[in-house]
Amino acid sequence: MKATDLLELRPQGLWCPPAGAFIDPVRPVDRAIVTHGHGDHCRPGSHALLATPETVAIAAARYGRDAFATTQALAPGQPLRLGDATVTLVPAGHVLGSAQVVIEAGGARAVVSGDYKRAPDPTCAPFEPVPCDLFVTEATFGLPVFRHPPVENEIARLLASVAAQPERCHAIGAYALGKAQRLIAELRRAGWDRTIYLHGALVGLCTVYERQGVPLGPLETVRGQGAALKGEIVLAPPSALNDRWARRLPDPVICAASGWMRVRQRAKQRGVELPLVVSDHADWDELTATILETGAQTVWVTHGAEEALCLWCADRGLDARPLALAGRGEEEAM
Amino acid sequence: MRAFADLLEALVHTPRRTRKLALLRAYFRATPDPDRGYALAALAGTLEMPSLTPSVIRGVAQARVDPRLFALSHDFVGDLAETVALIWPEPPAPPGPPPGLAETVERLRAAGRAARPALLDALFDRLDPSARFALIKLCAGGMRVGVSARLARTALAEEFGRPLARIEELWFALAPPYETLFAWLEGGAEPDADLSLAFRPMMLANPLEPERLATLVPAEHIAEIKWDGVRVQAAATAGGRRLYSRAGEDLGPAFPDLLDAMDWRGCVDGELLVAIDGAPRPFADLQARLGRKRVTAKMLAEAPAHIRAYDLLHDGVRDLRALPLEERRARLAAWIATNRPARMDLSPEIPFAAWDALAAIRDAQRAEGQEGLMVKRRDAPYAAGRPVGPWWKWKRDPLSADCVLMYAQRGHGRRSSYYSDFTFGAWEPDPDGPVGAERLAPVGKAYSGFTDEELVELDRWVRAHMTERFGPVRAVEQALVLEVAFDAVQLSRRHRSGVAMRFPRIKRIRWDKPATEAERVETLRALAAPAAAD
Repeated sequence: MKATDLLELRPQGLWCPPAGAFIDPVRPVDRAIVTHGHGDHCRPGSHALLATPETVAIAAARYGRDAFATTQALAPGQPLRLGDATVTLVPAGHVLGSAQVVIEAGGARAVVSGDYKRAPDPTCAPFEPVPCDLFVTEATFGLPVFRHPPVENEIARLLASVAAQPERCHAIGAYALGKAQRLIAELRRAGWDRTIYLHGALVGLCTVYERQGVPLGPLETVRGQGAALKGEIVLAPPSALNDRWARRLPDPVICAASGWMRVRQRAKQRGVELPLVVSDHADWDELTATILETGAQTVWVTHGAEEALCLWCADRGLDARPLALAGRGEEEAM
Repeated sequence: MRAFADLLEALVHTPRRTRKLALLRAYFRATPDPDRGYALAALAGTLEMPSLTPSVIRGVAQARVDPRLFALSHDFVGDLAETVALIWPEPPAPPGPPPGLAETVERLRAAGRAARPALLDALFDRLDPSARFALIKLCAGGMRVGVSARLARTALAEEFGRPLARIEELWFALAPPYETLFAWLEGGAEPDADLSLAFRPMMLANPLEPERLATLVPAEHIAEIKWDGVRVQAAATAGGRRLYSRAGEDLGPAFPDLLDAMDWRGCVDGELLVAIDGAPRPFADLQARLGRKRVTAKMLAEAPAHIRAYDLLHDGVRDLRALPLEERRARLAAWIATNRPARMDLSPEIPFAAWDALAAIRDAQRAEGQEGLMVKRRDAPYAAGRPVGPWWKWKRDPLSADCVLMYAQRGHGRRSSYYSDFTFGAWEPDPDGPVGAERLAPVGKAYSGFTDEELVELDRWVRAHMTERFGPVRAVEQALVLEVAFDAVQLSRRHRSGVAMRFPRIKRIRWDKPATEAERVETLRALAAPAAAD
């Protein structure tokens, strides 16, 4: 069997014929294997869900226990026989519970990475490269202008700004799943042990993280604190920060934590005063290094700047093509 | 280079003036000479650098990066300097410590044209992305971080406790990296400078409110027309000729006709106008000449520059600023009679006995195309800044028109959660519709004039009536009438409606008025000075 027979693109998403399952389907299907809990990968309504225990917990917290008729939690590294294929979930380092889907059948191996990063993250297990014949990679930041600086630098810039402007509050726009918890954990690592204040939309997932064994320290919901938030750090979904919700904050320094913040004009457009380049996606160097590490001869590139990465692969004799998956890349979309 | 790049990075994202000042002050305090002097020059636009064309910069990058990947990246990022700064493949270990700002500037200046690409390549390897960006911007000109020369000098004045006016006076006699300036700021001796050609900080007027007017004695004041041009200071000595804007910027290059005519000695304060045979033309004619690096013979012939003089700060022999206005004006009149300067005449005094008589003259200025009147105390010396009392600007009442809100956009900084930038329109015939159909054409954009409470109401209305989005811009239902105040209307080829308002602001929200009863474009067009047609 050829590796490219292990996967095919259908309107519902990426179909794995030997396993009889879709990976991250965009519509309800019979059997869904889900790489991680972000809304563009994990959608409610499929009959059966197969994912890591953490992703199953996240899905339940986001969509309720009835979103899938049956759920099966598969621990990372545990092979599972599914139809004619063996399916294994391997950590992807993107957010808590994120996994690559490794499919083996007829002597061929394909890896669907989902979203991933190689930079260390205290809130999730690190990416493990798996040698394979076909590698399906994301390319959210698939241009050589994207090189994410070490997260410690960005946290240090944030804390320096907090120290320099004690009369203001720092409000960071961060996605509710993954980015928010990673920022909190990195702030704790940098010694910030004060209460961190949250927009209500972030509370549920922070609770899930803590229950899954990721300590986040003292957290509190922003209520009527007003002036008491001077000098404090507040996290909120990006959309809340340039909307009415932000008016309750005392003279906030609007910050955003995203890989897009590397591009000055993007930050300017969004009215961000302190852009923090923190991403849960692989940057250009990580993407290219990972592709080489897997040894895959065939590379399919999804959501993002596919063209540049495909060019890069072709120059190295790899068979690369873009895979047009609908509705992807929401969590770092602008 | 690191500290300078950090400064630029912070400035570009900071909308607030007070925060910009704090950043500048901290930088000038902490950074040693000559780096801070070069930074000051870069921000103030006085740093002379070899100019690097985009093709040179792109060439340096494409020698290191696959041109196809470069092109895709450039498409995405938009800005060439930023693309190069970000895409540069950094060596695993930099070949040397990051160069300082002064070292970077001096090496680039010393390098010949042929040596520059290699030098850039070597410098890029030793810098991080934001420092590379700063370096490219240094050479490409224009920092674009929202800092004017004046703001940079204000930061110096505040940080080192020296008078801003004195810094501005000295400024034009000094050159980068301004080491003598910083030595003085930090407590040393004042730089020994020839100030005869230096900018003399201008005296500015305050708006004259009716309740204030009642307290002023007519006989103690003179009145003259408030000309609708650009305030300038023209200075000529044996050492040269200068034409300064109100902020002390050098306007000379755009007005060679004026510089040619300045064959006298002295320093004149007056209004820069375009005037034909002594008759001022509308402001739009002058605007066409402002900011031009290269002036064509056609422009010089069609829009000749002229100074209407109203004060004399130096008569070629002595500084007159300490004298009372009455005395300075007498000397100005005599000086003009003696020198017979070309392209210059005296802004005449308007005799008056009582304020209500003067008010009638003020109101007539609309027909004359001028902004109103100036009222100045006879006994006042010429003082830098905007002291309250000696000089008043008495503008004619603004025009107003009822317009319909068409688009709204969020503001910046404090206003980033509010829709606070409003584009409004007036009715015109719809060429695509049936006979008699009307459509709205935008006639202006305003960000001010409303109270905080009105802003909250406007914001709420916009959110409830959005119809379409174009990037950050929201189209709204064409239903809310705004009474817009403005100083004048100009004909404009850049706007679909053909008119543009000067200084529009929201005067009132007309919740009561139906949109169909709003103003028509043709009515606004009729308010424009007819001579501005071209």
